[in-house]
Amino acid sequence: MTAAKATYRGALREALREALLADPRVFLMGEDVGRYGGSYAVSMGLLEEFGPERIRDTPLSESAFVGAGIGAALGGMRPIVEIMTVNFSLLALDQIVNTAAALRHMSGGQFHVPLVIRMATGAGRQLAAQHSHSLEAWYAHVPGLRVLAPATLQDARYMLPQALRREDPVLIFEHAQLYNMEGELTAEAAEIDIRSAAVRRPGRDLSLITYGGSLPKTLRAAEMLASEGIEAEVLDLRVLRPLDDRALAESVRRTRRAVVVDEGWRSGSLAAELMARIVELAFYELDAPPVRVCTQELPIPYPKHLEDAALPQAETIAAAARAIAKRHV
Amino acid sequence: MTDPSLEALLSRSHALELLHGMLRIRRFEEKCAELYGQLKIRGFLHLYIGEEAIAVAAMAALEKSDAVVSTYRDHGHALARGISMNAVMAEMYGKRTGCSGGRGGSMHLFDAASRFYGGNAIVGGGLPLAVGLGLADKMQGRSNVTACFFGDGAVAEGEFHESMNLAALWRLPVLFLCENNYYAMGTALERAQSETDISAKARSYRIPAEAVDGMDVTAVEQAVRQAVAAVRAGAGPHFLELRTYRFRAHSMFDADLYRDKDEVEAWKKKGPIETLVPSLQQAGLVDDEEIDRLERAVAEEIAAAVAFAEQAEWEPVEQLLRDVCAPEPQ
Amino acid sequence: MSEFRMPSLGADMDKATLVQWLVKPGDTVARGDLVAAVETDKGVFDIEIFESGTIEALKVGLDETVLVGTVLAIVRGAGEPAAAAVPEAPAAPAASPLPAATLPPPAPAIAPVPTTLQPRAKVTPAGRKRALELGVSLDKVSATGADGAVTLADVERAAAQARPGRTPGADMRSVIAASMSRSKREIPHYYLGTTVDMKPAIDWLAARNRERPITERLLLGVLLVKAVALALRDMPEFNGWWTEGAFRPSDRIHVGVAVSLRRGGLIAPALHDPGGMDLDTLMRAFNDLMARARGGHLRASEIADATITVTSLGERGVESIYPIIHPPQVAIVGFGSTVTRPWVAPEGAIEARPCVHASLAADHRVSDGHRGALFLAAIAGLLQQPEHL
Repeated sequence: MTAAKATYRGALREALREALLADPRVFLMGEDVGRYGGSYAVSMGLLEEFGPERIRDTPLSESAFVGAGIGAALGGMRPIVEIMTVNFSLLALDQIVNTAAALRHMSGGQFHVPLVIRMATGAGRQLAAQHSHSLEAWYAHVPGLRVLAPATLQDARYMLPQALRREDPVLIFEHAQLYNMEGELTAEAAEIDIRSAAVRRPGRDLSLITYGGSLPKTLRAAEMLASEGIEAEVLDLRVLRPLDDRALAESVRRTRRAVVVDEGWRSGSLAAELMARIVELAFYELDAPPVRVCTQELPIPYPKHLEDAALPQAETIAAAARAIAKRHV
Repeated sequence: MTDPSLEALLSRSHALELLHGMLRIRRFEEKCAELYGQLKIRGFLHLYIGEEAIAVAAMAALEKSDAVVSTYRDHGHALARGISMNAVMAEMYGKRTGCSGGRGGSMHLFDAASRFYGGNAIVGGGLPLAVGLGLADKMQGRSNVTACFFGDGAVAEGEFHESMNLAALWRLPVLFLCENNYYAMGTALERAQSETDISAKARSYRIPAEAVDGMDVTAVEQAVRQAVAAVRAGAGPHFLELRTYRFRAHSMFDADLYRDKDEVEAWKKKGPIETLVPSLQQAGLVDDEEIDRLERAVAEEIAAAVAFAEQAEWEPVEQLLRDVCAPEPQ
Repeated sequence: MSEFRMPSLGADMDKATLVQWLVKPGDTVARGDLVAAVETDKGVFDIEIFESGTIEALKVGLDETVLVGTVLAIVRGAGEPAAAAVPEAPAAPAASPLPAATLPPPAPAIAPVPTTLQPRAKVTPAGRKRALELGVSLDKVSATGADGAVTLADVERAAAQARPGRTPGADMRSVIAASMSRSKREIPHYYLGTTVDMKPAIDWLAARNRERPITERLLLGVLLVKAVALALRDMPEFNGWWTEGAFRPSDRIHVGVAVSLRRGGLIAPALHDPGGMDLDTLMRAFNDLMARARGGHLRASEIADATITVTSLGERGVESIYPIIHPPQVAIVGFGSTVTRPWVAPEGAIEARPCVHASLAADHRVSDGHRGALFLAAIAGLLQQPEHL
């Protein structure tokens, strides 16, 4: 296994390059993905390499170009559509939910939509109430979609080829705070699936369950807890739909305690779904009430100190964990 | 007006007002760029520099009772509409004394007193809102006009077309003001539009529309005055495409690689301040001393606004959850 | 509010170890009630409270040793209002520069919703389940969990510390009652029995013990336990637990050994992996376990993790036992006393031989009589070759 220095952004770009090289049916389209290089610079350089037919800049027409992606997929292409952020994806919600997700079923299995949609999500950069939200749970609500949340370089690099192999729509949520993450890319492609959750840190005292942009915060919280003698297991969901019930149940059965960390709002959230499943799958194993650390219930405010206070932080995660941690008496 | 000296006096006074208005926006935003570098202002910062003529002239043509809907490039609109520079700067800082209570920042300036409905940062999102404001005025028999600003990027959104149709169908008192700066972030107009004559799109919905040189402050004012008068008189929605250019990048974190440097420089020569000052000087309406006086006044106002924003307290975290919903009725 | 402190029970007592709470938060106490047991150099004492009220909080956990005068519990006097939850001290309004680092963490949990229902004692699901398995009475367990809940560890600790001198016989009785009632209610038992020729085992044991000091002699009981453990290796359906509506076989074999306690009651602590020990080691482990069981020093795991139980009433002179399974286990093996009986030897001659009646009670949800018979036969077979045990 070789290890190479990489960034999350670079890993995403490399995955796109590989896909474009491997399959002539693959093309990328979205707002400013070409000449601008992508609003998060993920597709920088791809226009020069692959040309404007396959790296297509679109007008600001989310509903139209996502819908066009669906149509192109039906027509035999393998489109990768980039939506600038999940906030703007709401303009394409109709196409994603009413068309992409439903087509296979409502056509009685005759049609299917092998489409990959990538988008940025999440807060943390003082972008206020229309550019900061984590709405992936809405998509994770919808049957017919597969929803991924790569939180490591390996997943950024190797989830895309798996997604392109699927016959149904796959949504990939890239937390905006992760793009600059640096590290070593060590995983072999074969190790990456888009079915299972992954234990990112073992621990026997409690389970910290999270995904996406909250993973680094949660790992920091686990470090803090370790220094206090509390050994937290960190479970990275990776796949938000369908959820890996087995990994969830096993983790909670191992530790009997669960803290769910989710940058979405608490009400009606992915965290709410996880809490329900923990109770369904492991009620009799629980040795403390499961708890959640979510974003406070307000549109994300602009000032840094208020944004920080609104979002899950390593400190708040650790505090929630301490409150239910096993006491070694 | 028959007295040429009075006409000249009024015209001079008004021209200086327009110049002053544009200088306030220009210098304010230059200061904002500086403060952004010092981390005083965060998030996204979209500068209006180059487009000042539109805000200043349009607002001059509106009544206080009219409504304004803006975009994420909203500093110029807010200042020209009369929101105090202190309140705008404090908002840029995120302080409680800002015009949106500090919660919105640069992209979300709001002010109920001047009927300034934001500060909408989803492209095209303000258009249906303006249609609704117009609908409310019409249904309640008021003669207000709603002025709706948006960029050329918004024209690609379905919301643009849906709003055009609805406003025309119901003959609503809305004035659509498209600030066409030729780039939707990094995508040039001709790469985003099959028909680059934006006003033609409005006309296809049977909305009276014309294209105006957005760098010429008097031309903009004249066009807006005529359109406002027609809308107010009940002639239904009107549309102006104001052709302009942003001198700065789309936002602070934009390398501006998609525009030719010569193109930018050429437009800068056509800038609204850059062209107005020499023409006033040539007409003998303003001298260097007058310009200095204006610049000093603007500089003082900005210094005061920065001080105002700096000295304001941060809002206590305990108030985090305010203004999400109205309190439960008792 | 008043504080209940560690009393001085004698002039020479300066500290004591809290070994049992007899109350829990929310309990009403009256002056003179026994509220805790503490262990001093001079033994275990029950201590009483000198005022009436409600226990607000317990301040000292089990096995903590504290000085005389240390606050053990907070007591709310009758009529005193319940303490308001102490909110986190709000941070002072922040001034420039940005006060990000000093933010108080937002409360992680949803605020409690007030209801008119009487509060119930808090026990975690895992704790409640284990208490049922171990037959631990929850109102005798002191809580260390989040929100003052009784946790699994609390239950196991309480079970391990259920020393005869400290636990009134009635409690032990109620524990047995709960467990055995559950067993008879839930487990469809079937019973098998067979008489085993013990001559080879007893002869071998006599020869082996002849040269040894009394402290190193083997008892027949360890042969029986080992035979059961070895026979189980090929009989997984008798080794494990029935939980959540399904059998969970154990990959370890821990044999619970039923012990009558002198003050009444019964306990079946586990010998861990007896099949893996030689007989001398097993004998020492057996003696150690018996001593600790009777002395009340069992470890929680020994209480909790037996995968099958062996019971022998040989000393009491009964020939046959029809035992009841100890839930959540799925089988129990009984051995009666060794009696001399006529025995038809393989050659057809009738001899007087020492015999033991071995019986099996097993859970019909997991195994059938056919397998049970094979299991018993395997035990009997192993006992015919004691030198291989």
